[in-house]
Amino acid sequence: MSETTLGGIAGRMPKFLRRADPAVITAFACIVILLLLGSLYSRSFLSPEYLLQQLKVASFLGVIATGMMLVILLGQIDLSVPWSVATGAMMACAAAAYGSVGVALAIPFGVLCGVAIGLVNGIGVAYLRIPSMIITLATNAVAQGLMVVYTGGFSPQDSATSAMRYLATGFTIPGVPNAVIIWALIGAATVFVLTRTSFGRAVYGIGNRERAAYLSGIDTRRIVLIAFAVSGGLSAFGGVLLAGYASKAAQSMGDAYLLPSIAAVVLGGTSILGGRGSYLGTVAGVILITLLQSILSVMQMPEAGRQIIYGVVIVAMLLLYGRAPASR
Amino acid sequence: MKDWRYWLAEQRGTLLAFGIFIVMFAIYSANHPAGFTANVVQTAANKGVLLAFVAMAQTLVVITAGIDLSVGMIFTLTNCMASWLVIGTGLETAFGVLVVLGTGLLCGAVNGAIVIYGRLQPIVATIATGAVFFGLALLLRPVPGGSVNEDLADFLTGRFFGVVPASFVALLVIVLVVWVPFSRSEFGRAAYAAGSSETAAYMSGVPIRRGKFLAYTLAGLLAAIGGLFVTFFTYTGEAAYASGNAYTLFSIAAVVLGGVSLFGGKGSAIGAIFGALAFRTIGDLLFVFDFDPLWQPLFQGVILLIAVSLGAFALFRVRNRLEWFL
Repeated sequence: MSETTLGGIAGRMPKFLRRADPAVITAFACIVILLLLGSLYSRSFLSPEYLLQQLKVASFLGVIATGMMLVILLGQIDLSVPWSVATGAMMACAAAAYGSVGVALAIPFGVLCGVAIGLVNGIGVAYLRIPSMIITLATNAVAQGLMVVYTGGFSPQDSATSAMRYLATGFTIPGVPNAVIIWALIGAATVFVLTRTSFGRAVYGIGNRERAAYLSGIDTRRIVLIAFAVSGGLSAFGGVLLAGYASKAAQSMGDAYLLPSIAAVVLGGTSILGGRGSYLGTVAGVILITLLQSILSVMQMPEAGRQIIYGVVIVAMLLLYGRAPASR
Repeated sequence: MKDWRYWLAEQRGTLLAFGIFIVMFAIYSANHPAGFTANVVQTAANKGVLLAFVAMAQTLVVITAGIDLSVGMIFTLTNCMASWLVIGTGLETAFGVLVVLGTGLLCGAVNGAIVIYGRLQPIVATIATGAVFFGLALLLRPVPGGSVNEDLADFLTGRFFGVVPASFVALLVIVLVVWVPFSRSEFGRAAYAAGSSETAAYMSGVPIRRGKFLAYTLAGLLAAIGGLFVTFFTYTGEAAYASGNAYTLFSIAAVVLGGVSLFGGKGSAIGAIFGALAFRTIGDLLFVFDFDPLWQPLFQGVILLIAVSLGAFALFRVRNRLEWFL
């Protein structure tokens, strides 16, 4: 599709550039520009330590955005990310309070809680045909309510287990943080599933036209259900990693991940209407958002300014290449 | 069909919301320790009216088959703004009110311009503009504070003739000044038409773009009126992320309870008002039955979940499976 949009210029470009999505190229170009701007501000922006540190911070968002991307590819959206993240983190930490079995099962338990939220979303969207935006807002509110009741009744165990800390901050391969390896593994698995399996084909198919996918024999409702469950699970896993990174879970820890995860996916060229997008774009979007956040915080921009710049950048980027076709 | 049947079919959602509200409020006031007194009604009205304004704002946008996830943040922004401006002499206060309302209009117009002329998806666009509005609110009020013209505040949150809650009268006035003219105008009909079938509306030469733009803009205005009133109730401005988000969420719950279709083209702001009042009353039921307030967020979440799931009953009437997929 990019061949047609780039027109005559494309003929003279190398093959890999001709095949690439213009949105992905724009996103990568923006990353380079941000790095150059940053290096004007401070020399340390181009040092390997800084870049690796950014990649580590990006991997938390990357894990969460992977789930969001699956759902957006279907043409849906998952607004239950904030409290899926918090639930995953808090439940994993809570499980750790129950002896050595609890500690061993902490991470799977946290992820399972996220999968449960995702299943409710999926049943609502796929089987009850409730608009995803609405049902995920509702499950987000219910998850929040459950966590408020849980933390309010008594003082909960909220410190992360050593396994969680190891996953988020440790090093298995010297020099490469574990979080980055985890993101790479999840990313590789996602690329494989999206491009090499019938599930992945079905996801793109449903995103383009669910009716057509259904008529061609795909059990579209099951696929949607699975995608939402995976999204919930990945959000919760992101929460588990974040809890390991901060070594404790907090109620509002997920709030800062809803807008960035949607933004990362959309800035990476995935169509918000579904059916179009590549994982490479999401990777670019995640790194772009993380760098933007990092540069704003290095410049000691207060929270207010960060929110404004965020919103403006996202609207501007969307206006550049996320517009719907004109109606006529 | 007779005329009254058409009317009934169209108003079914509104009447249902009205019914739910009456039943809930009866249960609430019957179990309230103070009983059904002017005081109880005034407190309930003051809390309900805030949500009613935001729910009306949401209705206007939902009718066009869009959604505005920034209403809560416009509400927060105008609250912070009012805590700076709506103070001093009569003239200064009036100027402040005008500026606050103008800001709301502007916020709504920005949303509308981005969604309609920028052709972006309403969900993503309004989440992003919501972040901007919240950032502006934080700039105005990094810490909670400020004050408001207390005479005006007390006048608008008190009672007329010792019985009628003033906030309720204000709500009625706004309905008469904003909603009724809009819904009866050409642009109001365009908004409905765009919501129920944009292509058909476009083909029939309905001014859908201007109708939708006006709907988004007025939504900003109504959210700003809500923000103004919350300043009158609390006497302060606060840029709280959680509260802004909660208002956005509750406005959607109120709209659904009020019988407004989330697919657009159906429902009225009157229904959303009763939906908002009913939602608030249900939330407050916990207090009269002496539950721990900790349970309130969960309770409200479950109500929202049930309310949105109720719409799924329409599925049982679907004969052709292909109609599952819009």
